[in-house]
Amino acid sequence: MNTGPLLTTETKVWLRDPAAVFFALVFPALLLVGLGLVIPDFRNPMEDPGLPWDSAPNVTVWLPTMLALAVATISLTTMPVQFATFREKGVLRRLATTPMPPRNLIGAHLVINVVALLVAASAAVVGGMTILDVPFAVNPLVVLLCFVLATTAMFSLGLLVAARADRASAASGIGMLIYFPSLLFSGVWVPIPVMPEWMAQIAKYTPIGAASQGMLAGWFGDDFPLTQVLVMAAWTAVLFPLGVKLFRWT
Amino acid sequence: MAVTRSVAESATESAPGTSVVDVRNLRKTYPVKGGPEKVAVADVSFQVQRGEIFGILGPNGAGKTTTVECLAGLRRTDGGTVRLLGRDPQADPASVREDVGVQLQEAALHDRITVGEALDVFASFYERRADPAELMELLDLTEHRKVQFGKLSGGQKQRLSIALALVGKPQVAILDELTTGLDPAARRATWDLVERVRDSGVTILLVTHFMDEAERLCDRLVVIDRGTVVAQGTPTELTDSLGGDRGVRLRFADDAGRGRALDLLTALATRDDDVTGVTPAGGEIEVTGTRKVLFAVVRELAAADVVPDDVRTVTHTLEDVFVHVTGREYRADDDADDNENEEAA
Repeated sequence: MNTGPLLTTETKVWLRDPAAVFFALVFPALLLVGLGLVIPDFRNPMEDPGLPWDSAPNVTVWLPTMLALAVATISLTTMPVQFATFREKGVLRRLATTPMPPRNLIGAHLVINVVALLVAASAAVVGGMTILDVPFAVNPLVVLLCFVLATTAMFSLGLLVAARADRASAASGIGMLIYFPSLLFSGVWVPIPVMPEWMAQIAKYTPIGAASQGMLAGWFGDDFPLTQVLVMAAWTAVLFPLGVKLFRWT
Repeated sequence: MAVTRSVAESATESAPGTSVVDVRNLRKTYPVKGGPEKVAVADVSFQVQRGEIFGILGPNGAGKTTTVECLAGLRRTDGGTVRLLGRDPQADPASVREDVGVQLQEAALHDRITVGEALDVFASFYERRADPAELMELLDLTEHRKVQFGKLSGGQKQRLSIALALVGKPQVAILDELTTGLDPAARRATWDLVERVRDSGVTILLVTHFMDEAERLCDRLVVIDRGTVVAQGTPTELTDSLGGDRGVRLRFADDAGRGRALDLLTALATRDDDVTGVTPAGGEIEVTGTRKVLFAVVRELAAADVVPDDVRTVTHTLEDVFVHVTGREYRADDDADDNENEEAA
């Protein structure tokens, strides 16, 4: 079965939703650069003798958080609503009557969302480095590993939300209910280095908190974030099969 | 019950395997929490021959949609057999997908996809493809090619839905509640279209709760009520099965004429076997009798020079058939059963 035309058409249609495109693609980069430019202290150099770079602005600690935010935004606000909409509008049922299996539509949208996520993450990194002079990661491979695991864990969570929510509005509501605590644990409101110890401990065992902490460790060249990596892998191993098993097609 | 007996006879007419659609003793139930299971389809059998427009008629909740969903392999049956083009869609749903086009009751597309895009992408699912441009022409959609689905009118959505059901060049098209929500002009246009599609060689299975639609379009049909077939045949066979009773309604300009006519006809009824009943009905007179009742009435009135303003023959409709076989009024929304669409679980 050639899924090419389906993927192309779905991408075109996806790009027609201005709100989804804004939040999925632009929001993390805009938040990073916008706040970096507005709050003067964000661009002041960090005063920490143990830094791997000669100079780095304060906003550097925020970049890994923005990458986690990009993952959370797409997986919890964009994707579940799309999938629930397909079910609610009968798109999945309609496809079931054709030779194209409905799971291919879900597959096409996973691809679209992963690409969107890569665009959003790249925009945040490039924006931070060019506009705010954020230095590049010390261990890019560790950042990449954590980013990939964050994606699998959070997409699985999003799939689980989409699996059971019978309406788009319900998917949106449940997604938001998880999204806002996720922002807290990822360090959007309280940067990770100044997060109270008890909060950091809780965050470490959430998929998004582990993602943020792991990518921060990679960016600053700290010890390998083994616990965080295992936490994300474990969430994926539990949530993904659950999401697939519980997914309702009609 | 002359009608149901003819069902049993015609069910055995065609040998298995020669029909495009062959449904035998289909049964489908749904579990109900904390109660006895709900029987959506109790016992439905029918066969459809190639090139027919075959109707499945009945009130909402009768089990029509469930029947075609089982036939299309979208739902598991609990009993009986279904065959589509000689294949078993229950054992292998994928085997019928290429050859069967389905138009579902409700709109089923993304609001932001355009007419042209939808047709192109659906065409890409099939090995044999109709030309999307040609289909748009046939369905009067060409000028709406770039309009997004969410901005189409009800009639345009319905036409697109039919186009999508035909884009894979199906041998069989299942059209479910095709004209619900359309205005009368759009309904008639859609009926013409269905006939054109059939003329192009597609066998059509038409699911409807509209009596007039079934009567106008179907070569043959089954009437389903509460999950069972209550009547089956051509529309004419079904209406004729109600017996030889014919009716004539007469309207007169004034009470004097009406009074004279009533006297004449009442007298006529006592001596002419073709006239069996004369009853005043509202401001009119209704006369019933054999096939010759119209002649008898006209002859009698003409001889006495009593001229009615209007004469109408009263014919049986499928609605009368439904009333006859179920003993109930026909109402599209039959509260005997919940709407069959909510069981989708």
